[in-house]
Amino acid sequence: MAIGRTLSRGLGAFSLGLGVAQLVAPRRLLEATGFPTGRPAPLIVRAIGVREIGAAGGLLVQRWPVPFAWMRVAGDAMDIVLAGRGVRARGARRDRATAALGAIVAISAADLVTSVLVTRDAPRQKDEGLGGRKPVRRSITINRTPDEVYAYWRNLDNLPRFMHHLEEVRDQGDGRSHWVAKGPAGTKASWDAEITEDRPGERIAWRAVPGSGIQNWGTVTFARAPGDRGTQVLVELVYEPPAGPIGVAAAKLFGEEPEQQTAGDLRRLKQVLETGEVIVSEAMAGGRTVRQRPARPLKPDEAASLPDVTGGNGHAFDDAPRADGTSAGQPLQATDAHPVGAG
Amino acid sequence: MQATTWQGPNTVKVQDVPEPRILNRHDAIVRITSTAICGSDLHLYDGYIPTMVKGDILGHEFMGEVVETGPDVRNVRPGDRVVVPFPIACGSCWSCRQGLFAACENTNANAWMAEKLFGHAPAGIYGYSHLTGGYPGGQAQFARVPFADVNPLKVPDGMTDEQVLFLSDILPTGYMGAEMCDIQPGDVVAVWGAGPVGQFAIASARMLGAEQIIAIDRFPYRLRMAKERAGADITINYEEQDVLETLRELTGGRGPDKVIEAVGMEAHSPRIEYAYDRAKQAMRIETDRPLALREAIMAVRNGGVVSVIGAFGGFIDKFPIGAVMNRGLTIRAGQCHVQRYMQPLLERIQAGDIDPTFVITHRMPLADAPKGYEIFKHKEDECVKVVLQP
Repeated sequence: MAIGRTLSRGLGAFSLGLGVAQLVAPRRLLEATGFPTGRPAPLIVRAIGVREIGAAGGLLVQRWPVPFAWMRVAGDAMDIVLAGRGVRARGARRDRATAALGAIVAISAADLVTSVLVTRDAPRQKDEGLGGRKPVRRSITINRTPDEVYAYWRNLDNLPRFMHHLEEVRDQGDGRSHWVAKGPAGTKASWDAEITEDRPGERIAWRAVPGSGIQNWGTVTFARAPGDRGTQVLVELVYEPPAGPIGVAAAKLFGEEPEQQTAGDLRRLKQVLETGEVIVSEAMAGGRTVRQRPARPLKPDEAASLPDVTGGNGHAFDDAPRADGTSAGQPLQATDAHPVGAG
Repeated sequence: MQATTWQGPNTVKVQDVPEPRILNRHDAIVRITSTAICGSDLHLYDGYIPTMVKGDILGHEFMGEVVETGPDVRNVRPGDRVVVPFPIACGSCWSCRQGLFAACENTNANAWMAEKLFGHAPAGIYGYSHLTGGYPGGQAQFARVPFADVNPLKVPDGMTDEQVLFLSDILPTGYMGAEMCDIQPGDVVAVWGAGPVGQFAIASARMLGAEQIIAIDRFPYRLRMAKERAGADITINYEEQDVLETLRELTGGRGPDKVIEAVGMEAHSPRIEYAYDRAKQAMRIETDRPLALREAIMAVRNGGVVSVIGAFGGFIDKFPIGAVMNRGLTIRAGQCHVQRYMQPLLERIQAGDIDPTFVITHRMPLADAPKGYEIFKHKEDECVKVVLQP
């Protein structure tokens, strides 16, 4: 692996030097190598210089050098043809030009070896069963025990409470469930899912039943956080968005890309489990992200679409203990170390 | 109701807006009786804090009477008189449990925004840009106060608004600035900035037992207040004296043991440095001008403490990390964990250890807020602190 990388870096540096020389002093370079200097040769050499600098940039900067290494091989083929014609052209100094052609052939061999090596070493794109789509991974720490966080998640009806793109999840028993999601522009999508792994307090994995709608799978793991900080929740999701790649692009435009959506979902899960409710501010109430309202009280029509918080019981757990032995329904007690205002 | 709204740099307007309503089960609605303009509001006014939206209600120093509570509020009732701390804390997350209320993990409703700028998100704050959650501020007639069981402090009978209003921010902020210095007997403490927070940092350093306190500013009336009211021993006007040289002289070459930066992102200096930072800030290639911070770092003695309570928003250049590393300095900083200090400082006020009303120079009705911002910004009429009555 390292050899391919070193070679490609070296060739990148060489490309850069050669490219700059070709761009700045094409005529002198032609003279030195014994090729004829009449038109259009200097122009061709300049163009090759631009190509060399491009390849150099790719090889030196890009994390994935494969296409640029092969670009050099293709360029070499072109150069050999051009140089071969140059050697035979009128006004060429045959001895020097032949030596230059030899140098080009030698470099071509180095390029070919490098390309083969970096191609072999390039990390394979993992096939995740969904066209190689990269999973979204996101983690958060929640001040509750793994059992509590697991129990809340495993009750699938709870998911729409913190996953805002979901409208409903119906647990149909036997590990099967029916999911309804909100798509862009008021569209809806639904599918059936099955739980493929269920380890209480540790891990839940699920996937959409093939052919039932949108393809997706996900896992969530619950691990005790060090220092009595509760639970580290790690979510991994792969899904095909309702409106395909265009839907993803549109969602990104409005700040709702999958990574951000998942991060928001986990923050809301934390809020619900730690404080008993999803916390809203006037500016983002109603799930706004990038296009926020001014931070000022809502007009009655804006407030009408928000859930009513004044009735019923909004608590995730009424009297269940937190990781530190208190409960979310309980107001914070003043302590000697940190007296709390109204406590 | 009437509220002070941000309309763009250098423009605030008192406007009629809807009254707040309960949005979360732990909310209370407070009818505001006194509110103040903070020095950090001037950073918003001057346009240096990103993510402001036209129409945002300003103000994070306020108090009043509870008029409505959400169904899960148990500790306060309608009719209670309360002071509201500026950081909004949930009281339940790990940070709140540690007393790090200004680092609450749940209340910043725009945490994703703050994470991009700060790495992790601090707590929500009233009326202080959308980076801190997008909560309407308290320079208004009413405000929604989330987690009413955790945040507001009930005001004991017989105390006036002006006696307790500054428990919302500047008194605890100044106090935390001095507390972070871990003041020992014999310590010399220098304070950059003799604005309201600097005044309280000086007064707190005195309460915490500093032997000698040096105040640094450029306005003689503020330095006078620092000496006569807050308890500074010596004052330095940085437009007339070289600060580093004067401090070296005053401390026998050692430098002050502890330094407090109560200036923040819009510092001034008569030196050429000022033009450098001001130009970079105008070109938006540096968000904050750390002139006082750099000077404080250079001034403090070897192994000393630099306590930063001036408000910063983003990124600075020419940070003297060499001085910090080679001389073994400790830098401590923070938005104030106000909830931690309200009760003990209330008791200090009751005991007569401090009377925070001394910083008030201007009182005006809420409708005059635009004028209040102007005179505070330009330090007209010897302005130190403006209190607004809605």
